[in-house]
Amino acid sequence: MRRFALIAIPYAWLLALFLVPFLIVLKISLSDITLAIPPYEPTLDLSAGWEGLKTFFSGLDFENFTFLTTDDLYWKAYLSSLRIGAISTLITLCVGYPIAYGMAQSAPEWRPTLLMLVILPFWTSFLIRVYSWMGILSTEGVLNQFLLWTGLISEPLTILNTPTAVYIGIVYTYLPFMILPIYSALEKLDISLLEAAEDLGCSRLKAFWLVTIPLSRPGIIAGCFLVFIPAIGEFVIPSLLGGSRTLMIGKVLWEEFFNNRDWPVASAVAIILLLILIVPIILFQRNEQKQREAEG
Amino acid sequence: MQHKLTGAAAALALLAGAAGAEEVHVYNWSDYIDESLLDKFEQETGIDLVYDVFDSNELLETKMLAGGSGYDVVVPTGTFLQRQISAGAFQKLDPSKLPNRENMWDVIQERTEPYDPGGEYSINYMWGTTGIGANVGEVTEALGEDAPLASLDLIFDPENMKKLSECGVHFLDAPTEMIPAALTYLGLDPDSKDEESLEKAEEVLLAVRPYVQKFHSSEYINALANGDICVAFGWSGDILQARDRAAEAENGVEIVYNPPKEGALMWFDQMAIPTDAPNPEGAHKFLNFIMDAQNMAAASNYVYYANGNKASQEYLNEDVIGDPAIYPDEETLDNLYTVTPFGPREQRTLTRMWTRIKSGT
Repeated sequence: MRRFALIAIPYAWLLALFLVPFLIVLKISLSDITLAIPPYEPTLDLSAGWEGLKTFFSGLDFENFTFLTTDDLYWKAYLSSLRIGAISTLITLCVGYPIAYGMAQSAPEWRPTLLMLVILPFWTSFLIRVYSWMGILSTEGVLNQFLLWTGLISEPLTILNTPTAVYIGIVYTYLPFMILPIYSALEKLDISLLEAAEDLGCSRLKAFWLVTIPLSRPGIIAGCFLVFIPAIGEFVIPSLLGGSRTLMIGKVLWEEFFNNRDWPVASAVAIILLLILIVPIILFQRNEQKQREAEG
Repeated sequence: MQHKLTGAAAALALLAGAAGAEEVHVYNWSDYIDESLLDKFEQETGIDLVYDVFDSNELLETKMLAGGSGYDVVVPTGTFLQRQISAGAFQKLDPSKLPNRENMWDVIQERTEPYDPGGEYSINYMWGTTGIGANVGEVTEALGEDAPLASLDLIFDPENMKKLSECGVHFLDAPTEMIPAALTYLGLDPDSKDEESLEKAEEVLLAVRPYVQKFHSSEYINALANGDICVAFGWSGDILQARDRAAEAENGVEIVYNPPKEGALMWFDQMAIPTDAPNPEGAHKFLNFIMDAQNMAAASNYVYYANGNKASQEYLNEDVIGDPAIYPDEETLDNLYTVTPFGPREQRTLTRMWTRIKSGT
């Protein structure tokens, strides 16, 4: 009984916070747009009993999904989002790993303070932090003023409203999500393993590649997922920092929902996005599990 | 002691709130009222006014179509209002509760007829035009003394735009404003929605696209006032705000607003009561309060937009009623056009076209 309760809790969580919302969105994606409250049909009328259920299901079709294939906007936006997500994840990893490593190497009494510093930005609203980046990156912004003053550049750089600004925004915003899991993996690292490697003739660099990196792999993977997945669906950062030429699926979704008032097509776009993300993750986890079983 | 007293008063007010004092929830555009009017309403009626703001019609419409917004009074623009009425989002007004309705201006009533025939569902709050804001100094420097400040040639002729791109041009990020303007430039009906006309409008916009620094619906106020850009195609009151800010800052920037002489879009923000409003009784009281001549005049004097209230005109400041950019003369008024909403399929074509114009995809 206790065992059952223990398993039931995570499943109930998954059901309430993932499966139910997913099914609602799926249902809307199979409906048709109409001018009413809510702006789609058919709506499920349970009071009509069996008949109501029948008319409901006969009203559903995959029209909205086939529509997505008729316009190249959608797949271009998906691809561009995947590319922006992947590049930002890579940059975040390159920046975040050394920070996490440094934190894990520091004296134990310093670690809580350092950890605090990583979390500190969350105390300010996310929106305000992105807005302040607009102030930093604009043509008359702090960064350009500084670079002009040092004489490194003679003309102000155009960074705001370009893809570069989007990358800076994403890397900045999601950096703590990369640092924290890597740090927690590195902190648990047994120093004696590194000593053993060096005793056996490894240089420090080689020991780092052969021991530290593989042992921090779970942290790296968790960090990459935590950055990559939200970055792909990002809407606020590209709309504030990016120009109109930065195409991302979050913006397309917003336009479908707010400008076209087409909840069904917006839902179809969201479902495809979910599939693009979830299928590779499931395959990846399967693979991991197989490897672990093979090793075990 | 003073503090203690106000503290006690606040506690009492809280208690009263907990006891279920009457509330009215109003959802209006940001920076769109003289806030002292809100206190005045509370004092006159004893109703608690909960005032909340939005900044895009799309946002409001999504809330209306989702239902259960909890608002008693909302302020959509005419074309959006019309569509939301047909979706069943609003309730009919009860004329017996709106005695101040006799203050309203027949000219504006007539113009809003297509959106809400007979004014059954809404009253006019403010109205304005969409036109050209220009930094006189920089534009004449770029184009010479005879620069067409009041003509669509300024923003749709690639030759002019190429020169203006040096000092910066912003367009509204709103296809329902930009496409009618492009159609007017071509001499076509600004309300055309057939694909052929829309394609012609797209060509006009694509030709000047490379010279547009940004498509945005509010940043141009500051950008114009600071001198970061020299031309913006935007809403009348916003550009007038930029003009006043620049004048206050004494930064040497002189902004003028002109409705295009080829014809300018005239828009109306209408107050309406959602079907599922929790307190329609209080909502009617609020509408009646707003239609009071002095109250409406106070609002217009504060936000520099014209209103649809004839009786309020005697209370308007001279720099509002006397400014042809706010209250156009007869001739300009005849030159203003209105548009009707896009249907779902047409809207999709429009949004898609807009994405293509902005992003090149």
